[in-house]
Amino acid sequence: MKTKTILLATALTSVGFAAAAQEVTVMSWGGSYTKSQVEAYHKPFTAETGIAVNSVDSDNPATPIKAQVEAGNVTVDVADVEFSDAVRLCDEGLLEEIDVSMLPAAPDGTPATEDFIDGALQDCAVANIVWSTVFAYNTENNATAPATIADFFNTADFPGKRGLRKTAKANLEMALMADGVAADEVYDMLETDEGIDKAFAKLDSIKDDIVWWEAGAQPPQLLADGEVVMSTAYNGRIFNAAVAESQPLVVVWDGQILDFDLFVIPKGAPNLEEAKKFVAYSTDTQRLADQASWISYGPARKSSGALVGKFMDGETEMAEHMPTAEANLTNALVNNFEFWVDNDAELNERFNAWLAQ
Amino acid sequence: MALPKHADTLERVWHYTYLVICGLIFLFLIAPILIVIPLSFNAEPYFTFTEKMLAFDPTGYSTRWYDLLLTFGMDSPEGARDGSWWRDAWANSAWINAAKNSVIIGFFSTLLATALGTLAALGLSRPEMPFRRAIMAVLISPMIVPIIITATGLFFFYSKTGLANSYGGIILAHATLGIPFVIITVTATLVGFDHSLTRAAASLGATPSKTFFSITLPLILPGVISGALFAFVTSFDEVVVVLFVAAHDQQTIPRQMWNGIREQISPAILSVATLLVIFSVTLLTVVELLRRRSEKQRGLSPS
Amino acid sequence: MTAETGAQDALVTADGKPLKAALRAAQARSKRRAFYLVAPLLVFILLTFVAPILQMLHQSIHNDGFTMHEDVISHERTPLMVNLRQWFDENPRGTAPDEAAYAAIAADLLVLREVKAGGQVGTRVNYERSRSRSMFTKAVRRAERLEPPFEAAFMDLDEDWADPELWAAMRSSASAYTMNFYLAAIDKVRAPDGSITNVDEDRALYKKLFGRTLVLSLLITFLTFVLAYPIAHLLATLPLRYSNLLMIFVLLPFWTSLLVRTTSWMVLLQSQGVLNDALVGSGILADENRVQLMYNQAGTVIAMTHILLPFMVLPLYSVMRPINPSYVRAARSLGATSWTAFRRIYFPQTVPGIGAGALLVFILAVGYYITPALVGGADGTLISNLIAYHMTGSLNWSLAAALAGMLLIGILILYWLYDLLVGIDNLKLG
Repeated sequence: MKTKTILLATALTSVGFAAAAQEVTVMSWGGSYTKSQVEAYHKPFTAETGIAVNSVDSDNPATPIKAQVEAGNVTVDVADVEFSDAVRLCDEGLLEEIDVSMLPAAPDGTPATEDFIDGALQDCAVANIVWSTVFAYNTENNATAPATIADFFNTADFPGKRGLRKTAKANLEMALMADGVAADEVYDMLETDEGIDKAFAKLDSIKDDIVWWEAGAQPPQLLADGEVVMSTAYNGRIFNAAVAESQPLVVVWDGQILDFDLFVIPKGAPNLEEAKKFVAYSTDTQRLADQASWISYGPARKSSGALVGKFMDGETEMAEHMPTAEANLTNALVNNFEFWVDNDAELNERFNAWLAQ
Repeated sequence: MALPKHADTLERVWHYTYLVICGLIFLFLIAPILIVIPLSFNAEPYFTFTEKMLAFDPTGYSTRWYDLLLTFGMDSPEGARDGSWWRDAWANSAWINAAKNSVIIGFFSTLLATALGTLAALGLSRPEMPFRRAIMAVLISPMIVPIIITATGLFFFYSKTGLANSYGGIILAHATLGIPFVIITVTATLVGFDHSLTRAAASLGATPSKTFFSITLPLILPGVISGALFAFVTSFDEVVVVLFVAAHDQQTIPRQMWNGIREQISPAILSVATLLVIFSVTLLTVVELLRRRSEKQRGLSPS
Repeated sequence: MTAETGAQDALVTADGKPLKAALRAAQARSKRRAFYLVAPLLVFILLTFVAPILQMLHQSIHNDGFTMHEDVISHERTPLMVNLRQWFDENPRGTAPDEAAYAAIAADLLVLREVKAGGQVGTRVNYERSRSRSMFTKAVRRAERLEPPFEAAFMDLDEDWADPELWAAMRSSASAYTMNFYLAAIDKVRAPDGSITNVDEDRALYKKLFGRTLVLSLLITFLTFVLAYPIAHLLATLPLRYSNLLMIFVLLPFWTSLLVRTTSWMVLLQSQGVLNDALVGSGILADENRVQLMYNQAGTVIAMTHILLPFMVLPLYSVMRPINPSYVRAARSLGATSWTAFRRIYFPQTVPGIGAGALLVFILAVGYYITPALVGGADGTLISNLIAYHMTGSLNWSLAAALAGMLLIGILILYWLYDLLVGIDNLKLG
């Protein structure tokens, strides 16, 4: 019986199309972000190495790759994940370790270990960008322009629906900052039960006006359609909708939360060697700088900074749209990855119970 | 339903109110399906009627979203539409690839479901079938058990057996989901089936397979075909199992729609929807014709 | 017996066998033949459908996250928490943890660090007691620095290590087979003394969702009934050539892709969508007062009522069509008002159709996933959406399986009822 089942399984698995000889499957966040990676990484990588790149999208690649590794059927070779997720998955032994010596040095010879900004190199992950969670609004649907994170939570003076990401991360921090907590005290506060209660209470005050989003492409769409008047979003998505598609969207940098996105290789990746090549290639100085001409995310290498110029339209200077630009950092929070490594599961559990109440 | 002559005013009023109510309910049924058709020709990226559309201004309408269905995912969508452009579209267009996958999966799962289902229906419709009711209940259950439960079960099962991320796995799952429809339609056709015909064939020396192919099958064919169409539509419309057990690059039309709806419902989705509505109108017509043919053949009055 | 046999000896077949035996053999043969026709499909369904569901049910009572680690690549299996489990075996439930217990954990943490299983074990304990996962991951990170006396060392890490609830949770997790996921699925948890109590108010979720699923499904069933009855009646009483034509209105939605229908409703219901635009355009609503019809319960109810309506119309129609109109006419001629004639004569004859339709719609509604996921927002989601969330989001697969198991039991009871009252054979399509 058992052998028969296996035979049947093998016979059925072989139905389908023959795979290309050399390929690598990269999972990222979809929309304009994936497009920036396809243009800056995938296309030149294929041109140079002959390895085809399959691009697949996810709302948050950390979850499907964890599921794949735990269930034992991994199809993704490289995934683009957030900082805390990269560290957490590595701690759980779900990721391949990455040997930093395989990463190319900067053009001036600075070794990769010194060229990447602090925290960008982890045991199992290599950062490619610095991005941030911000909130944005549609100028056509707001009588007065919101200017601070407190305005986002102020439905009395700024009526209308708000878009928020359907997860605890970033929402709790923003809620506290809107409640007047200084950026550098946010995580200390969240370590306490009172702090968490306070954050949920603040979210609760606008709960009836929230439209939840999951995919990064949704907020610009919700804003452009007028389904919400303001929404939290990944800053690059808003930039692309505003500049490339001329939507009347504006980013509010007050209360932004900075984070890394990093490339990781799940354990059991079917094309391990190609995956390593892809990670090394995509995070070299030129590639990271190239990506910044497709979307407003900062490169994770210091040496790329000087090469960042204009947006692909040839006129917009990228520097001022970067989350790390001096003017945008007046009230900014750097995501505390350790906090989220430890508390992500637990806070999301509470978050979901709160959602249903 | 005609109003009797002696009806009083109140009854007349009620009668017409009733007709209006029925009209509104029919509108409720059909309007959401038809509304996507004009909207899919919107020249603007909105899901509502623009002023130009309402004024029937031709510039308010365009086929750009249908064009996008072709070009989305292509290597070089801008080029001249010559042979190589169409080859590019055939090989790389995301929607065309999804359609190819849907058709392949749908075809094989329908084949499997129809063959197994018809055979079983023949057995089930025999009066001497043991445990008929219990077995029937098991075989119909894939239609009743919520798809999310089936998908959850298959996720664990396929991870262990190596069927995950394979076309074979999806085909098996879709065949399972289509089987109840085949059984229901084929057994319904067999209700009026005259078993003395097969006995006559057997007594004249025909082998069971000869009897099946020359006597039984031609008579139940309309039921088999509509069962197969049901099974095909079930597979063609199924997204949850695909989401749970298929590899990320195994896109089908519903899965591509699901992604599109969640991320950005551009009118491109509406143009796919329009094509699918046309598809279902065609299928409905075929099934209806088959039903009539079957009833005529079996000498039943249409009811 | 002998007398009877003697009497029947006269009846034999041509080859001399008793007729009764021959008949019995022939019947058994035809029974077998009928069964052989069904057998391939039965095996197929058992393999591709029943087996996966049984395996899922196994997952709902089995979780070895606390006891076993399997390497992803080499599939090498390492037993976990061996020392602590031994301590549990030696000490009955309720024993306060002593130095030996803490020493056992300290030794186990080193193994966890070695095989990178801290997250796995912490997650497993976290299913039983919230906020335990971080305690494990932190402790594993500092495992090498823990020194005797271990009790004090752990208190230094986090005073919660002395919490009796944590110890109860670890004890529960220590056995791979557990019913606790079913408890969690009804918002219950095991207290330190082994008794069953409610979870904290702010974490209770599932009972509420089961309740909501039930209420919304009932509401949808009722709405489909209200909408289906008049049109089924109209279809049943019109001459065939008209009713066949009108039937298209019912069958076309039935044949149209679920995603197409859901998309259409999104287009209609959005706050900048067709319906709101029409209301604003006709002056009924002010532009700033657009109604929120989507991403809430209203969206789920409206879209699902539309999608499930054909499943109510068809059984009603098939019951109404053969009803003889002369009964109602007779009642009218005997002086009944049209209302009385309907209530006393017509309606009772349609009850079987109502039962069949209502059960079918209700069964389909409780398990719905796609539509609520797309138009339901946060408060319009059903239990299926939560199963999907635990499958693909939180990855708490045992809880997902337990929730699915409970839903499955409910559905099977309804299915059994349907078979009893209506009969599976009477299920008709189109």
